Amino acid sequence: MMLQVSRLTKIFGGLRAVDDASLEVEQGSIVALIGPNGAGKTTMFACIAGFLPINGGGVQFLGRDITGWPVHRIARAGMVRTFQITQPFARLTVHENIAVGAYQSFPDRHQAWDHAAAVARQVGMEAMLEQPASDLTVAGRKRLELARALATSPRLLLLDEVMAGLNPSEILEIIAIIRSIRDSGVTVLLIEHVMHAVMSLSDQIHVLSYGRIIANGTPQQVVSDPAVIEAYLGRGAADQGATAVAEEPHA
Amino acid sequence: MNPADRSTGQDTGVQRADASAAAAADAHSPLKPIPWKLHLAVLAVAVAFPFVFPSNFMVNFGVLALFYAFIGQSWNISGGFAGQLSFGHVAFFGVGAYASTIVQMRLGWSPWLGLPVAALAGALIGGVIAVLSFRAGLKGSYFALITLAFAEVLRIVSNSISITGGGMGMLIPMKIGAANLQFAERIGFYFLILALAAGSIALAEWLRRSRFGAQLAAIRENEDSARALGINVFAEKVKVMLISGAIGGVGGSFFAQYFLYIDPLIAFGVDKSIEMLLVSMIGGAGTVYGPLVGAVLLALVSDVTRTLTQIQGLSLVLYGGLLVVIIAFLPNGLLDLFSRKRGARRKKP
Repeated sequence: MMLQVSRLTKIFGGLRAVDDASLEVEQGSIVALIGPNGAGKTTMFACIAGFLPINGGGVQFLGRDITGWPVHRIARAGMVRTFQITQPFARLTVHENIAVGAYQSFPDRHQAWDHAAAVARQVGMEAMLEQPASDLTVAGRKRLELARALATSPRLLLLDEVMAGLNPSEILEIIAIIRSIRDSGVTVLLIEHVMHAVMSLSDQIHVLSYGRIIANGTPQQVVSDPAVIEAYLGRGAADQGATAVAEEPHA
Repeated sequence: MNPADRSTGQDTGVQRADASAAAAADAHSPLKPIPWKLHLAVLAVAVAFPFVFPSNFMVNFGVLALFYAFIGQSWNISGGFAGQLSFGHVAFFGVGAYASTIVQMRLGWSPWLGLPVAALAGALIGGVIAVLSFRAGLKGSYFALITLAFAEVLRIVSNSISITGGGMGMLIPMKIGAANLQFAERIGFYFLILALAAGSIALAEWLRRSRFGAQLAAIRENEDSARALGINVFAEKVKVMLISGAIGGVGGSFFAQYFLYIDPLIAFGVDKSIEMLLVSMIGGAGTVYGPLVGAVLLALVSDVTRTLTQIQGLSLVLYGGLLVVIIAFLPNGLLDLFSRKRGARRKKP
């Protein structure tokens, strides 16, 4: 098992933002974490990656207990996250941005810069290498987040809504890129609201609602789960709309 | 296109680039190397300067310009490259000046040994300030204020203890001789500070090319992203303050040997902190040549005003006015002039 999150709890004041949530990510898979807005997905990501201290539970990565490790140490161990609200190094060029990531796995300048260029090609940014990151569109910034994280040669990528704000053709491109990343041997855990992307990419889905994992399984299992339908569409919807929702992915 | 093609294409492009393109790269592509030709040209001009203008006045001008370039680089490496803006860099300068003078006067060490001692002392105080303030999570203006406070505390301490000579300061006796770091001709000091300034520029250039420099740029731009990619932000910030402190310390030691006198106001005066950050910001913070460009301008302004008027401090007033103009029109410093021209040229075709 690549990542094992057990009974994770995160409390903000009186709010249990993440409540006793467990999930597992198997090596070589693409796993999605979905849930309504405010369910605690990004908080859970931040806890897993070490950005927030947790109030209970633990995180195991590659067989080691990484609970409480500082962010940079977790990243060096091979788990790297991207940010939902993109955080580019604004005054650096695209190539320089990706090179910062590449330097983490290649201390030598030439290797790092070549690796950064190769990663840029992998995510379709080779034409933008010399642009300052501040000039990028939303789609460009999302890609840059992905590229920079990928350049560190991670074992596990945590992608936080890399498709939000993209148009349908850009989403199709990102789906293909994520698949190619997985095929190159990197395991992926993603938060996503674009359901057709989640359905077509994921091997496993975990559903978070009010900080609790309410369902997990394959995409087919999860969309037909009454608890999930209720969480998304409200009480009662499960009975009326179960069949419609279950068929949506094929549409 | 394979990566090899791409990189050789870039290299020949850079080699063909003229000085203004190199300066533009200095200002706008913080992690691209500056071509060796430009470094050699600047060095050649600096070496030739005291032979072309051998008068005491001009050599003194050169010494001061290079001195400000050197201590400006101390600020630039932590403030410009790593984005840790300090208002109290004079702390390193003063600790270096006192450390080298104390080992010379009280222990009888050679002033040449005073230079590495000053570097160590400056690095030490840089490390202490860094560990204390970065552990406490101080950033931005809070960090600037705490550094200012440290410098002021050091000024008061140096004013009140006996080993520094207190408010009387320390007078280094004149004993001319190269072994004693006192040169009969100013040109000796000129080449000493030229070597130091060249070393600091080489260090800045190394930062552009190295992994460490890339990590500093990442920290300057966005600490959360830097951390997420595996950069130990705290450790890198402490490292850069050690380096910056060492340079500032050596600058203090040079200053004490050049003027043969040091007191708490000279060693820890706020004005020197301001000058250190001004020369970098006016030339271009985070660039290799920013401090040199700013320092030459500062030395020019101060010499011109001192020659033409008797008004104390007028040069800093003028320099401040210049700063306002530059911040209004060239927020990235004078080196930005070149990149703007180049940008305009690029848009035409």
